[in-house]
Amino acid sequence: MQQLEIKNLRVAIGENEIIRDLSLSVGLGEMHAVMGPNGSGKSTLAKVIAGHPDYKVTGGEVLMDGENLFELDPDERARKGLFLAFQYPSEVPGVTIANFLRAAMQARLPEGEELEATDYYAKLYEKMDLLEIDRSFTSRAVNEGFSGGEKKRCEILQMAMLDPRYAVLDETDSGLDIDALKVVASGVNSLRGPNLGVLLITHYQRLLNYIVPDFVHVMVHGRIVRSGGKELALELEEKGYDWIREHAGEPVAA
Amino acid sequence: MSHGTAVLEEVTQTPAVNSTVTSAPPEAAGDLPRWFQQQREQGWREFSALPNPSRKDQAWRFSNVDALDLSSYRFGNALSDHEHAEILERSAVLNGKSGRLIFANDQLLDRDALPESLRKAGVIFQPLERALIEHEDLVHKHFMAQPAVLGSAKFAALHRAQVRAGAFIYIPRAVELDLPIEIFHWLVDENAAVFPHLLLVADEMSKITVIEHFRSFNQTAPGFACGVNDLIAGRGATVKYICTQRWNENVTALQINATTVERDASAMSLNLHLGGSYSRFESLSRLVGEGARSDLLAVAVAHRKQEFDARTLQDHVSPHTASDLLYKNALDDRARTTFGGLIRVEPHAHFTDAYQKVRNLLLSDDAEANSMPGLEILADNVRCTHGATSGQIDEDELFYLRTRGIPIKTAQHLIVTGFLNEVVRRLDQPAIAAHLHRLIEEKFGNARG
Ligand SMILES: Nc1ncnc2c1ncn2[C@@H]1O[C@H](COP(=O)(O)OP(=O)(O)O)[C@@H](O)[C@H]1O
Ligand SMILES: [Mg+2]
Repeated sequence: MQQLEIKNLRVAIGENEIIRDLSLSVGLGEMHAVMGPNGSGKSTLAKVIAGHPDYKVTGGEVLMDGENLFELDPDERARKGLFLAFQYPSEVPGVTIANFLRAAMQARLPEGEELEATDYYAKLYEKMDLLEIDRSFTSRAVNEGFSGGEKKRCEILQMAMLDPRYAVLDETDSGLDIDALKVVASGVNSLRGPNLGVLLITHYQRLLNYIVPDFVHVMVHGRIVRSGGKELALELEEKGYDWIREHAGEPVAA
Repeated sequence: MSHGTAVLEEVTQTPAVNSTVTSAPPEAAGDLPRWFQQQREQGWREFSALPNPSRKDQAWRFSNVDALDLSSYRFGNALSDHEHAEILERSAVLNGKSGRLIFANDQLLDRDALPESLRKAGVIFQPLERALIEHEDLVHKHFMAQPAVLGSAKFAALHRAQVRAGAFIYIPRAVELDLPIEIFHWLVDENAAVFPHLLLVADEMSKITVIEHFRSFNQTAPGFACGVNDLIAGRGATVKYICTQRWNENVTALQINATTVERDASAMSLNLHLGGSYSRFESLSRLVGEGARSDLLAVAVAHRKQEFDARTLQDHVSPHTASDLLYKNALDDRARTTFGGLIRVEPHAHFTDAYQKVRNLLLSDDAEANSMPGLEILADNVRCTHGATSGQIDEDELFYLRTRGIPIKTAQHLIVTGFLNEVVRRLDQPAIAAHLHRLIEEKFGNARG
């Protein structure tokens, strides 16, 4: 029961089926990597789990600790412990990181209870230090004018502040140089533990040198075509996605 | 700045209660200068002669001219002790200020004089009536010297005829005020009319921030406000002016502002429009000296059937001048906003930078935002951009906030206040910005409650 369980999921955009009968379970305490070529539907999967209104679920379900996520609004899912680190985080002009995160934390408190400001800032600064984010960022507008790397670090900062049970990290490594990658990876590793399950989406094997997964799944054209241990990532790196496509009976890119 | 020692000798006489502000010509007020009396009479004649605005007139296109039936407004009653006390209590906004004047129903209620040091330096901050006597020449030179060119000549004339309350501020050469000057105008009883006036003359290299608060004592009583505000930033001076317009939502309001910016001076104004049923705001900014700069900022939060009508002119008279206008409106329910703005670069004003940006955030399908930006460029080497856009809350932004657990209402609210904060932030005045945020929050609070 203590798992994020994707069962026979089908998702379409218009007439186009993007996720095609995909099943995958992430247990609490586990780190699952999902690797796949561009356009295979990784971000679609992530956003559907989080509740993006643009996608039409045409089949299957996603259960979080047994609860059907599709019956919950995106903000309810989050308050129950789901987190999504976006591949392309939105800019929110005029809303400072401090106010944004305060609103997010406040939303998790019972009605009538006020967030304790001193504790809040103490925690915020601690997590910012961990992720090597300058404190001046607290008064900057969310993601506005941030570099790619700053945006990704800020996503993990939010994760660290919100303490999710299950986190989906969508290409949190893309656009990072090696130093930034190490900082982000150590941030994620510091959050690992028996009370966190992670679905780590990546295009490159590189990230998995720093965040070592328990399981690796390969996704092609909307479904998981192969699952294994962390060695699968290395094999994939060596042989390339075409190898997988051939074995999965999928058309090979020209 | 002591509280209890108000100087109250300037309290105006209340005219006969039954005469309305559009039916009775101004009364002769004993000891005021002759020229001022004549201006009043002339104002009255002009007001009576000029036609009512019509929508056919470009300056009143999209405007709800029916709101300008002024036949029921009269000068407000004298205040009861209770009203007096409560208004004083509610006129506390800034902790640090250089001085404060509080008017209610165009009567002076209280005054925190300037500190000794500023008075010794020659700073003047007085009720208009007193300045007319004690600083007659200075006031005469500048009093309503700018014609109302943006449509409201008739109402400027009415103001000239009926003005009896307001402030005169003079800052001598190179004097800097660390703390803002604060002025309150209150509308009190039903159908009361007020004519707030502000004349600010900042001499060379001086520096000042002024904040005005327009408020209603009663949250439903209809009323009428017709204000005129003239700011003069002398050579190298830095003037910041903030106005929070929070009349109640049954008030009809007209505000006619003119800013004159001389050589190397800079003026910044921020008008926060929250109240009024119909609220018209005209803002003329004249860049008359080389190197002059003017920032025109405004925020309107419009809901229910409120209507905000803004007309602006950025008039570049001299070369190497800059103006930057940023107006943001958030509209909910059936609210309407109109923006008509012109950038004019006069023949010799080469090397001008002029910007104009209007952003409307529509929170309801029934809200309506009209924008009429305009350019008239008669000089060379000019950099000008202008644009007005309207849009709704970005769905991806909203989704992003919701994935952090923020409920949809709170998320929308954060996005809207963030959108407006971009204007307020430009002020670079944290204490005042915090106050403006509070007022904006309060308005959203009311809307949801
Ligand atoms: N909002 C959208 N509208 C139309 N097509 C989309 C949209 N989002 C994704 N797609 C399509 O769905 C497929 C999968 O995209 P995506 O989930 O972003 O893949 P990945 O993250 O693996 O690169 C692609 O073919 C893409 O063009
Ligand atoms: Mg993707």
